[in-house]
Amino acid sequence: MRSLLIRSIIKSPVTIDGPAADEHAVKELVAKLDNAARRVLGRSLSIREVDAGSCNGCELEIHALNNPVYDLERFGLRFVASPRHADVLLVTGPVTKNMRVALERTWNATPDPKWVVALGDCACSGGVFAGSYACAGAVSEVVPVDLTIPGCPPRPIEILKGLLTLIDAASRTGAAKGAGR
Amino acid sequence: MAEPRRKTTIQGSPRRHIDAKAWIERSAALGRGEGELMALFADTDCVHMVVRAAGDKELEQLTVAVEGGRYPSVGNRHAPAIRLERAIRDLFGYEPDGLGDVRPWLDHGAWERAAPLSGGKRAAVKQKDYAFLPVEGEGLHQIPVGPVHAGIIEPGHFRFTANGEAVVRLEQRLGYVHKGIEGLMAGATLDRATTLVGRVSGDSTVAYAYAFAHAIEAALEIEPPARAVHIRALMAEIERLANHLGDFGAICNDASFVLIHAHCGILREEVLAAADFCFGHRMMRDCIVPGGLTVDLSKDGATRIRALVEELAPRFRELVALYDGTPSLLDRTVTTGVVAPELARRFAPGGYVGRAAGRNFDVRRDLAYAPYDTLSFKVPIYHAGDVDARLRVRIDEIEASLSLILQILDSLPRSKIEAVIAPANEAREGMALVEGFRGDVLVWVRLAVDGTIARCHPRDPSWFQWPLLEAAVENNIVADFPLCNKSFNCSYSGHDL
Repeated sequence: MRSLLIRSIIKSPVTIDGPAADEHAVKELVAKLDNAARRVLGRSLSIREVDAGSCNGCELEIHALNNPVYDLERFGLRFVASPRHADVLLVTGPVTKNMRVALERTWNATPDPKWVVALGDCACSGGVFAGSYACAGAVSEVVPVDLTIPGCPPRPIEILKGLLTLIDAASRTGAAKGAGR
Repeated sequence: MAEPRRKTTIQGSPRRHIDAKAWIERSAALGRGEGELMALFADTDCVHMVVRAAGDKELEQLTVAVEGGRYPSVGNRHAPAIRLERAIRDLFGYEPDGLGDVRPWLDHGAWERAAPLSGGKRAAVKQKDYAFLPVEGEGLHQIPVGPVHAGIIEPGHFRFTANGEAVVRLEQRLGYVHKGIEGLMAGATLDRATTLVGRVSGDSTVAYAYAFAHAIEAALEIEPPARAVHIRALMAEIERLANHLGDFGAICNDASFVLIHAHCGILREEVLAAADFCFGHRMMRDCIVPGGLTVDLSKDGATRIRALVEELAPRFRELVALYDGTPSLLDRTVTTGVVAPELARRFAPGGYVGRAAGRNFDVRRDLAYAPYDTLSFKVPIYHAGDVDARLRVRIDEIEASLSLILQILDSLPRSKIEAVIAPANEAREGMALVEGFRGDVLVWVRLAVDGTIARCHPRDPSWFQWPLLEAAVENNIVADFPLCNKSFNCSYSGHDL
């Protein structure tokens, strides 16, 4: 174990550079958020992941964000165990009807101000499961969505880009008071 | 319903109709340990059972008619069928005669109509609160967990009854991610069905597409080109490698040994990046289709995979040595979450859950399909049935996959990668079993005359693994549940369908 640790210290890091935030999406988000929300959130976000019916492909790539290559926490982003500790709900899946109530309750348990990110094609639009008797469809059918990250599943680097867009929007000031909800 | 032509599948003899009496006898025989139940599912007015006799090279397909909405229960004679029969009742409304458990399983009362696959318009029935099994005794308390868990995992509900720290009973309640995939399959074109089947369980997207392609090819009597046959196996081994590496790390992480987790995360990432480079998708989704492949392996791709195997192998072995040389870690995994060999024999769980508890079965060897019949690999068998044994099966299988990948690259034939799929202009059936990383994935299809899917049933290996997790956790401390759960790594999505 000692040699493994020492080599890890000496070698250059495996962590890759973070992507730039999506400028267009940042502007859109800034318009949505009010200053109060931005002050609270600053450049650090706690994320609660909610699988609302995904095939687990998106979860695998969300997991990858925590590995040393993407190292999510260096950006001030971290996953938390309870919605009560979260600023952001990161929701995947075509919201199955059997998960609808659980998603609503999780949203209600998340303190304001909060954001919802729909991750993956299913969460964005219902994806290939749209129209099923067992699915409610896009996450926006159930709770208000602030940002979408499409893909099946999106690559970790694309998820990272989407999340960085969020903190970028949160740290900018001077925009008109947001639309609120 | 016109009886479809029953094509002999890759791994099975033609399906046989039997009467209720013979069905009951077969169920009782399963209960006595004669043969293993591989699948149980409904079709219009009938129920199919797939059985494997021990040591047999073929699967047996049996069908019983549903009369007056009822058929004889298998579950009251052979426990592994109970959840499958509860699912059939929820989806088709067919009543298993004699099954004691009348609780719904997949239907949580949230759908607009009951029995959604029956074709009828039955109104949904308002459901009472789910009745968990009663637990009585002094000093017991219950811990409800889920469906939304603390980690980044799929949703399901676990009801623990504990006496102090020790789990007295775990009862699972699943079905939260039921997406109605079988409903979407009915009437789907082949293309659409291929897309859907690749999303039954995301971590096994290759295995599902692989089994589906085999089932369709068996039904339509099509031979995929030799190069496609080899590249499919290559993808399956890369998928196994990536998932087992992820699990190796995650199991150690749940025992609070983060170092192995961090390094496994890097190795897994390298595997996925190589898959992305070669096939344009990190999980190789939508690459395998009936008839062949949508993407070929380039020369650069082959070189990249060879380099990956060479660089990864020594680093992986170093992590195995670290696992073996860390007593505080072994203390958490050895004798934790034991699956009794007797239960493994009864439930016939696939993959590492079975092979860690003495079930000597691997589809690639025992119901072999090309190209595995020409490749050499060992199937690891352990008998302890604990978290450690399930981890060691994975470790051995990573070694086997590394060797298989090189063998496949060495013997990669040159040919086109896709055969023409021509509709048969008559009803057809096909079934196939493929060894995914988690265990055997079974896909059964019935094609309509116009070539669309009339009925498709993908059966995840988790069906026969989930119930054993309930048994394995008993008498362990609550804090070891995540460790036990991760060592099973069952699919919620594949099970809930």
